[in-house]
Amino acid sequence: MKKALLALALAFGASALAQGNVIKIATVSPLSGEQAALGEMIKLGAQLAVEEAQPEFEKLGFKLELAPQDDQANPDVGVAVARRLVTDPEIVAIVGHLNTGVAIPSSEVYKDYQLAMVSPANTGPAVTDRCYLNVNRLVGRDDVQGPAGAEFAVKELGAKRIFIVHDKTTYGQGVAEQFKKKAEELGAQVVGFVGTEEKANFQALILQMKAKKPDFVYFGGIYHQAGVLLKQMRERGIKATFMGPDGLDSSKFVEIAGEAAKGAYYTTVAGPIEKYPKAKAMAEKFEKKFGKKPESFAIYAYDSANVVIKALKDFVAYAKRPPTRAELSMLIRQTTLEGVTGHVAFDYKGDRKKADYFVIHLKEAKYPGEVVKVISFPAPATKCEAIK
Amino acid sequence: MLEILIQLLPSVLLEGLILGFVYAMIALGYTMVYGVLELINFAHSEIFMAGAVAGAETFILLKGAIANPFLLLALAILIGGAVAAIVAILVERLAYRPLRKRGTTNRLVPLITAIGVSFFLQDLVRLIEGLWHNAFYRRYPSFAVFEATYNLPNWIGVLTIALTVWLGFWVLAYFGDWLIRLFAKKPRATGRTLSLVAAGLTLVFLFLYRHVVFADLGMTIQMKSILVIVVSLAMLYGLNWLVHKTKLGIAIRAVAQDAQTASLMGIDPDVIVSRTFLIGGFLGGVAGVLFGLLYTLVHPYVGFIPGIKAFTAAVLGGIGNITGAAVGGLVLGMLEMLGGTYLTFLTNGAMGTEYKDILAFMILIFILLFRPQGIIGQQLGEKV
Repeated sequence: MKKALLALALAFGASALAQGNVIKIATVSPLSGEQAALGEMIKLGAQLAVEEAQPEFEKLGFKLELAPQDDQANPDVGVAVARRLVTDPEIVAIVGHLNTGVAIPSSEVYKDYQLAMVSPANTGPAVTDRCYLNVNRLVGRDDVQGPAGAEFAVKELGAKRIFIVHDKTTYGQGVAEQFKKKAEELGAQVVGFVGTEEKANFQALILQMKAKKPDFVYFGGIYHQAGVLLKQMRERGIKATFMGPDGLDSSKFVEIAGEAAKGAYYTTVAGPIEKYPKAKAMAEKFEKKFGKKPESFAIYAYDSANVVIKALKDFVAYAKRPPTRAELSMLIRQTTLEGVTGHVAFDYKGDRKKADYFVIHLKEAKYPGEVVKVISFPAPATKCEAIK
Repeated sequence: MLEILIQLLPSVLLEGLILGFVYAMIALGYTMVYGVLELINFAHSEIFMAGAVAGAETFILLKGAIANPFLLLALAILIGGAVAAIVAILVERLAYRPLRKRGTTNRLVPLITAIGVSFFLQDLVRLIEGLWHNAFYRRYPSFAVFEATYNLPNWIGVLTIALTVWLGFWVLAYFGDWLIRLFAKKPRATGRTLSLVAAGLTLVFLFLYRHVVFADLGMTIQMKSILVIVVSLAMLYGLNWLVHKTKLGIAIRAVAQDAQTASLMGIDPDVIVSRTFLIGGFLGGVAGVLFGLLYTLVHPYVGFIPGIKAFTAAVLGGIGNITGAAVGGLVLGMLEMLGGTYLTFLTNGAMGTEYKDILAFMILIFILLFRPQGIIGQQLGEKV
């Protein structure tokens, strides 16, 4: 590792981008609008990590700073922010974004400048499937939620006759197909696999369920369809266990489905902080500093920032200068970290080698539910379509 | 396979009927406005939406104050209908009447205006809901009384199956006769012969599948579905009475036939057009409340699909014809439900529920090929 660092330092030494001694890590997440609560957690998580590391960087003669940015959960704004960030030579890495739909176009901009991005929250497979050297993520992938859910459904809940519904989107159908594959592998029978864009009237589907008599229903999609479907299923006396991916992970799901939500399961990639024993000290510090508990992606943002910081520190301690963006991107891909969310290591395309998936049970019709199982799953070895 | 299809048939048709009543009530708004103005009021789907959202707000606001769900529903229907009627009148006053007064002869202009109004209303409701609740998905609360499920006696199911199968055989016999006449010289079979042949085949069919048909068909109906049927029937009856038995109805029909002559007889066409929008809007609003009651979730964009379907139903029945709109709505509702449920079975999963609209619209095209004027729209003289 040290040799590699030295070689890198020599190779890129002449082209060091930031000549001053200020090094900035930017967070990009929605800080205004409906999703600001989620976005702020990303900012604060990274902020904590940066502030913890500042004294060490000072000793090395560098000033480490955080540059929080607002993408408003909007792809256009995200790209505009990205364009601005790449022109600031002091910015060496990005922690963000919150939304996959924003992360993908923004990372196209980062890629042109080899600016490293570590995502604490993006679950869309396309984020890493493009195999960009500078794009990494700490959370699991949507297409692994399917198999993780199937494993739980068949092995733990004993599902035998499974009826699968999806919403025909890349996300929903993708998850549903992966669920089907794994469930069939495990010996369950898939009695129905149906796509629908319907939002109000699911009677046609429910009549099919009545005929096929499933004991388990999986829905690949988002809560606004799932809630209505589940409610109408229960009204028509279909008692099969209901499960879905993290599209159901919203208080709105329970609001729409009402009492019918009781007993439903969903899988998600972001676990509650209590499931990470190592995060306890960090959580206390966080609460003392910011006056609120770390939620949702805060711990992932903390680990994301720490991966960047570790790579930076290793480099700076050797080369006595800030790394170029390309150097840092290559380093981050190889960096491993014992983070608060467990062991962090990236595979060849930037996925976390082994990510956690959580199965959550709504024991009462109340959000959030209770984590009943944590499943660790390796990222799939998808083929890189075109390595750019 | 066939057993499942037969067993599901009564339930499918029942669900289709309920959906069809909602379509029918929206379709009436399209057809009445077309009758008097020859304008396809595409903003009608948003008038429906306004009623649905207003009904949801009524339910949510008054849930605490009024304990009786039936009273609450009656209020929601009245308020939803009233809000929709007001929106409809305003749309006519502010958007369509100025165009008419300027003597615009191009029929595309009001049509484009209607589409513009439609977008405007969607985002207006979204704005209001957004400012009010910071969220624009509204949910109809559920009541145990409305959700209660009742079993229907088996003979209804048996009768439904028998009638449907008979209808199917009748159509088959009709085309069989047509095929025979292609090759052999013989007179066209009378309706009576066809009916008898179909009835005979139906009896054979019922005998062959007696183990399915006469077993428990498991037909259930929810209280809210019953309410939807009752309210829709009452509305349709009321409308029929209004159009045929009152002075207003006579005036509407007169304006529909010939506005200029009607105005010579002391009828103010503008007032009548306004009233027509009021009635159509009210029906649309009530349909919105019933839709929300049935399917729970409403939002500013909920009107688009039911609106398009209802417009289709109006064309299917014969646009401009009131009975036609009702019949078209029921037929389309049933076709949609049949397609949605059966396509998966018939194609062994290759074509899922998502193809239901394709099937429904293919049948629509087929029907219109044979009857371009719609199922009932034969008399061009009387448009309303």
